Amino acid sequence: MLPSLGYGILVITLLVIIYSVAVAIYGEVKKSAAMVESARRAMLLALPLITAASAILIYLLVNDRYEVEYVWSVTNRSMPMYLKITAWWGGQPGSLLFWSFLLSTFTSAVTLRKWDRDRELLPWVLVVTGVTLAFFISLNVFFENPFKLVPAGVSIPLDGRGLNPLLRHPGMIIHPPAQYLGFVAFTIPFAFAIASLITGRTDDRWIRITRRWTLWAWLFLSLGLVLGMRWAYDVLGWGGYWGWDPVEIAALMPWLTGTAFLHSVMIQEKRGMLKHWNMILIILTFDLVIFGTFLTRSGVLSSVHAFAQSEIGPLFFTFIGFIFFASFGLLTKRWADLKAETEMKSMLSKEALFLLNNLLFLSLLVISFWGVIFPLLSELFTGSKVSVGPPFYERATGPIWGALMLLMGVAPLSAWGISTFKTLGRSIWKPALASLIAPIWAISVGITNWVALIGFTLIGLVIAVTIREFWRGASARSRKSGENFFTELQKLIKRDRRRYGGYIIHISMVLMGIGIIGIELFQSDTQQHLGIGDQVELAGYTVQYDRLDQFRHEDGRFITRGEMSLSKDGKYLGTLAPRFDLYPDGQPMTIPAVRSTLVDDVYIILVNWEGITAESTPFKVYHNPLVKWVWIGGYVFIAGIIIAAWKDEEKEKI
Amino acid sequence: MTENTPDENTAPNRGMPLWVQITVWTVLIALLVVVFMGLQRAKEGNVQAGAETGEFDFTMPLFEGYEHEGEQEISLTDLRGKIVVLNFWASWCVTCKDEAVELEEAWRFYQPEGEVVFIGVDYVDTEPEARGYLETYDITYPNGPDMGTRISQAFRIQGVPETYFLDRDGVVQHVQLGPFRSTEQILNIVNSLLAE
Amino acid sequence: MKKFNILLLLIILLSLFSIGTVAAQGGTDEISDDEVNAIASQLFCPVCENTPLDVCETQACKQWRELIRLKLSEGSTEAEIKEYFVANYGARVLSEPPREGFSLLVYFVPPAIILAGIVILFRAFKQWQVNDDDEADAPTAEAPLDGAQASPTSTSGTNDPKDDDYLARFEEQLRKKD
Repeated sequence: MLPSLGYGILVITLLVIIYSVAVAIYGEVKKSAAMVESARRAMLLALPLITAASAILIYLLVNDRYEVEYVWSVTNRSMPMYLKITAWWGGQPGSLLFWSFLLSTFTSAVTLRKWDRDRELLPWVLVVTGVTLAFFISLNVFFENPFKLVPAGVSIPLDGRGLNPLLRHPGMIIHPPAQYLGFVAFTIPFAFAIASLITGRTDDRWIRITRRWTLWAWLFLSLGLVLGMRWAYDVLGWGGYWGWDPVEIAALMPWLTGTAFLHSVMIQEKRGMLKHWNMILIILTFDLVIFGTFLTRSGVLSSVHAFAQSEIGPLFFTFIGFIFFASFGLLTKRWADLKAETEMKSMLSKEALFLLNNLLFLSLLVISFWGVIFPLLSELFTGSKVSVGPPFYERATGPIWGALMLLMGVAPLSAWGISTFKTLGRSIWKPALASLIAPIWAISVGITNWVALIGFTLIGLVIAVTIREFWRGASARSRKSGENFFTELQKLIKRDRRRYGGYIIHISMVLMGIGIIGIELFQSDTQQHLGIGDQVELAGYTVQYDRLDQFRHEDGRFITRGEMSLSKDGKYLGTLAPRFDLYPDGQPMTIPAVRSTLVDDVYIILVNWEGITAESTPFKVYHNPLVKWVWIGGYVFIAGIIIAAWKDEEKEKI
Repeated sequence: MTENTPDENTAPNRGMPLWVQITVWTVLIALLVVVFMGLQRAKEGNVQAGAETGEFDFTMPLFEGYEHEGEQEISLTDLRGKIVVLNFWASWCVTCKDEAVELEEAWRFYQPEGEVVFIGVDYVDTEPEARGYLETYDITYPNGPDMGTRISQAFRIQGVPETYFLDRDGVVQHVQLGPFRSTEQILNIVNSLLAE
Repeated sequence: MKKFNILLLLIILLSLFSIGTVAAQGGTDEISDDEVNAIASQLFCPVCENTPLDVCETQACKQWRELIRLKLSEGSTEAEIKEYFVANYGARVLSEPPREGFSLLVYFVPPAIILAGIVILFRAFKQWQVNDDDEADAPTAEAPLDGAQASPTSTSGTNDPKDDDYLARFEEQLRKKD
């Protein structure tokens, strides 16, 4: 009963959305405000409907209703409650429903805003978001029904298959939602952009309206990526956090254009330039979101992350074709109307540097896109399969990340309109000098890797320049007003949250850069077979193998647990217990033991696939310098975005 | 703000340059075509009954100790006129072991007459392990490694074990995915092909 | 005497045989896991998707790592082992496409596109500067927050006028923002 109800609600939702889109178009054509209002209300109705359908699905998941195929495939009785709820997005049908749910909340939020100033945009925003929402719900309704029952005649299974052990982790609670939120949220700026194109409005109203949406979308997209990295580090057991896997790249690509867009709209706001380019960027971002989603779900590309083979390919393909053609077609039509107010006085002005930023991000995009699609091309045109792996991406993108860091250090000092070598030089020589502390210190502790030295110098530069920006403003104000420095600092930030929040985000990026340089350039590892009492030495640490326990957990897992004591220079630092769990259905899971400090991580795993006995237990020990800074950078990033997105003191009437 | 301000750039507003339009449309269409082909290929699955193998021009080297008509290699095209049983396996494949004995038995049944050829294609395996497997099950029909996975790619196998039955004209007549249940099952299929 | 000789011969042969076996085993025993992983980490598992060979957990991957160990003990170089893997399992086991034939495209196309992008950007810059020269010099440029018009006195002062300058420009930029 309940599953059919769930499916029925989905069908009704689809019809409601189709109604909304159709009536919005018709109402706009017939200039009927009443019809457009009806369309708006219909779109609003979609949210409670999808919420109801989702609630039903969660109920079925939590109550072990294995007559529903999806419930069987992603849960089992031994899973804790929180995992059963997250199983909502644990498989293809459920995660598509989750996507629709998130999109619907955003669409409803947009529908509820005050439309007085922008009445003409409303119908088209409804149409764009409605078509996208209708597409995703169609995937559920026609191909991947989450409420589908096990075939008639087959008896209801007594227990479910359960979530892939790799997904049974707190990361499952936050990483997919953050990632999907990022993807979905970009639909809104895109919808407004398209609405502008359709209605022929050539100003930057759409950018102002969606400024905060874009910021939040970008926040979630970035957060999704960082959480994904953290989860991989915690769970995958290969001491790494990013593998340049196609699914990872699919999430990275919209982030690249999204970051370019974030910067580029500032140019449009300040100088009225680049209207065409901003349109291109937001269209690219949205198209990449959809394309990336398609790549990871259709089976076209092979990946460790990919969902199972599915029927949704063709419909997805049609939708992609449609949005490519429609968005680009519209842009071509309106190209001449987007007035060019362009003047570029100086190649070192802020506009010019922002454009350089865009060039760099798009170069990263080109490399990622080509790399991800190349195996497919190779197989289609030559019949031979090739792999494009980390060495390709790292070598190609490394220098570009470095150039971006240099830009982060220089651009804040440049001015809108004019900057010359002289003016920049005057502002930068002190921070540049200060940044030399970094390589000097690095050399003094024995680092000779020149890539690391350059990287640390650039990081030092960005930090020095950014701190200087805060300092300069706050100290000038405090000298003038007589109030103390910190009060003025707070006031300063409040006056221009976007700028200073942005600066904090830059700092967070280079903090992450510290961690990335540490682990990429200085990681060391060793794999050895140890008997009880044996020791391993790595990077000055000594790991001693103390004991091995093998036992069956009450939930059916067979657990192998090793205990090691960690010491350095004779000083005992702690006990680490790496584990290997074998689930009742045969799925294995390696759980690393990690000791993490600001300086480095010691990361130990049981190499379960080489055979474990007490006399000869294979261990792999990783030494990951500075990797904690990646996560610290993540926290600073969140703080920076919240500051940047918070409403400024003087209210803008949007 | 939609009014012009006086100091705005008044360069004439042209449409999008033609070369840009052509480039972008070409790239978009090319991308869609590639993706479409990729989708087709992903759905394809393994080679089905009725497929011609005329173009599968491969010569497979045989493991030491195996030979076919005096040669250390075997070529599909040379086998026209005979029934071919092409079996994909690997030493690390658990279910392959379930049919190893049956395949050998069937081979020995047909070998004297020389009308049927059994070929074992070892899929991404290591030679020592492969030879160990062959010895364990005392397999005598020609076996060799699938160098560069060319043969398995030609047949688009989805896993191991898979067995393809080709008639005298080299056309795939029957595909068995997964292990055989019994030697009788193999014999039935081959007999029906011999009867044609 | 003859029987004794035969027995002696047998014993010698057997010992030689066992020494030979032990020596062969000793060979692979001396290759550490780290040496194997150094090569395995540069290869992908031939069967799984995008999984490096040193972390792959399947039985097949275990066999391939042992194969690497065997080859190392026989004195093969890293390049030779990689070649062997490619010959046996196809180019997909390498973590980058080989630099030949169609695969050369993967290395050349991105730089070509990026170069094209740079060219377009610079031509646009030129165009915009030309546009700008056509106009009367409108004072639309802002001075940098500190710098161009700063007083020539040394930078570390706490001059009031300089702060005023800075703050004035700061407020101006804020106003212009909306």
